[in-house]
Amino acid sequence: MTPELTPEHHHEHGHDHEHQVVPSDPTLRVKALESLLVEKGIVDRAALDALVDTYENKIGPRNGARVVARAWADPAYKARLLADANDAMADFGFLSRQGDRMVVVENTPKVHNLIVCTLCSCYPWPVLGLPPVWYKSAPYRSRAVIDPRGVLREFGVQFAEDVEVRVWDSTAELRYLVLPERPEGTERMSENELAALVTRDSMVGVAKVLPPSKVQS
Amino acid sequence: MNGIHDMGGMQDMGPIYHEKNEPVFHAAWESRVFAMFLAAGAWHKWNLDAFRHTREVLPPTDYLESSYYEQWFSGLLDLLVRRGLVTAEEIQSGKPAPGSTRATPPLTPEKILPALPNRIQAQRDVPGPSLFKVGQRVRARNINPMGHTRLPRYARGKVGTIDRDHGVFVFPDTNAHFLGEKPQHVYSVCFAARELWGAQAPERDCVYVDMWDDYLEPA
Repeated sequence: MTPELTPEHHHEHGHDHEHQVVPSDPTLRVKALESLLVEKGIVDRAALDALVDTYENKIGPRNGARVVARAWADPAYKARLLADANDAMADFGFLSRQGDRMVVVENTPKVHNLIVCTLCSCYPWPVLGLPPVWYKSAPYRSRAVIDPRGVLREFGVQFAEDVEVRVWDSTAELRYLVLPERPEGTERMSENELAALVTRDSMVGVAKVLPPSKVQS
Repeated sequence: MNGIHDMGGMQDMGPIYHEKNEPVFHAAWESRVFAMFLAAGAWHKWNLDAFRHTREVLPPTDYLESSYYEQWFSGLLDLLVRRGLVTAEEIQSGKPAPGSTRATPPLTPEKILPALPNRIQAQRDVPGPSLFKVGQRVRARNINPMGHTRLPRYARGKVGTIDRDHGVFVFPDTNAHFLGEKPQHVYSVCFAARELWGAQAPERDCVYVDMWDDYLEPA
C-alpha cells in the first residue's frame, strides 16, 4: 500500500538526520516554501500553475496512445519509430529530435517487454506523463527484474515459457516505451479508434491491449 | 552507494498496489512540489543526478516510509540551500533575508514550458570512441562507490552482451557531485535472467541495463 508519513511518525534512533523527510503537515510547509521562492523571484507562480496544468491535463498516456496507433496503422511509421523514436515522435510535437532520448521496444507473439526503473522512477514523461504510484513503489521496482513473470501475473497477464520476457531497467537517460501488440478485430479501425484502445499499462508492459469486444464489455 | 534505493532483485516487499483511475497528484501540495522542482531547476544550479542522490541519502527507514513527493520536497530543500538559491535561515523564517536581491529575469511560463520536451539534457555531442562494440561480451565492473552510481548491485560482476550503443551521455557518478560531466558512451547491455538470478530463472528471459563505459570491462 502507499506508505504515508503520519504525524505519529518519529525517529527512534535519535541520530541527527542531515536529510530529513517532511515530518508532518506538508501542505503548510510546501505553501511556505512556495511563498518564499515566489518572493525571491526563484519561481513564478504562473509558471507553477502552468506546469501543474500541463502534467494534469495535457501530457499523459493519450500522447503515447497516438504514437502506438500510428505505428499500428502505418508500417513505415513503425519502422521509423523503432529506429529513431525521437524523430518519429517529433511528428506529433511531443518531443523534439534533440529532446529527451526515447527508445521504443516492440512486443510480438514471441517477445514481451516490460519497463522499470529499479533505482528511482525514470519514466517516459513526454508520452506517458507522470508515473503512477505503483511504478515508483518498492514492490514493483524490486521484483520487476528478478520475477517479471510473477509481476505480470499480479497484473493479470501470463506468458508461455517460449515467450521471451525482456525487462528494460531505465538506469540511464533513455526513456522506454513499449509498442504493444495490435489486438485482433481492429483491422478496420481508424487511427483515432485504435488510439482509444491503448492503455498506459500496455505501454509500460504490464498489460496487453484488449480487443474492442472486451473493452466494451 | 549501496543504499536502499538500489532495490532491484529484492524480494518480499509486498504486493503491487494498482490504484484504479489514479489521479496525477494525490494532494495539491504534491503538484506544487513537483512544479517548484521543475521551475527552480530551470536556473540550472543542479542536475537530475544530483537530485536523485538527495533521495538516495535519506535514512533507509525514511526512504521506505515517505511518499514520493515527500522525498522530492526534501531533495528540493536540500538543493536550494546547498546550491545557494536560498539560505537555511530563509527556509526557517519563510522570508527573504533582509537586503537580498530578487532573482532575474523571472522564469515565466513562456520560458519554462517550451523547454519541457528537452528537460533531461544529458546527451553530449562530443566525439568519443565507443570502448565496446555491439555484440561484444562485457562484464559489469564490481564497484562499490560511496557516492551516486547508476550501476545496480544486481548486475555487478555479471556478464552480458552489448545490445546497442546510444551515444555519449554525461556520467552520473561525477555529475551528481558536481565533479564534471565526464561524457562517455552508454549502451544497453543484455543480461540473461539466468546469469543474474541463477538456474531457476526462465531460460529465454533477459534484463537490459543501460551502462556507461566506466561500468564495463571486456569479458
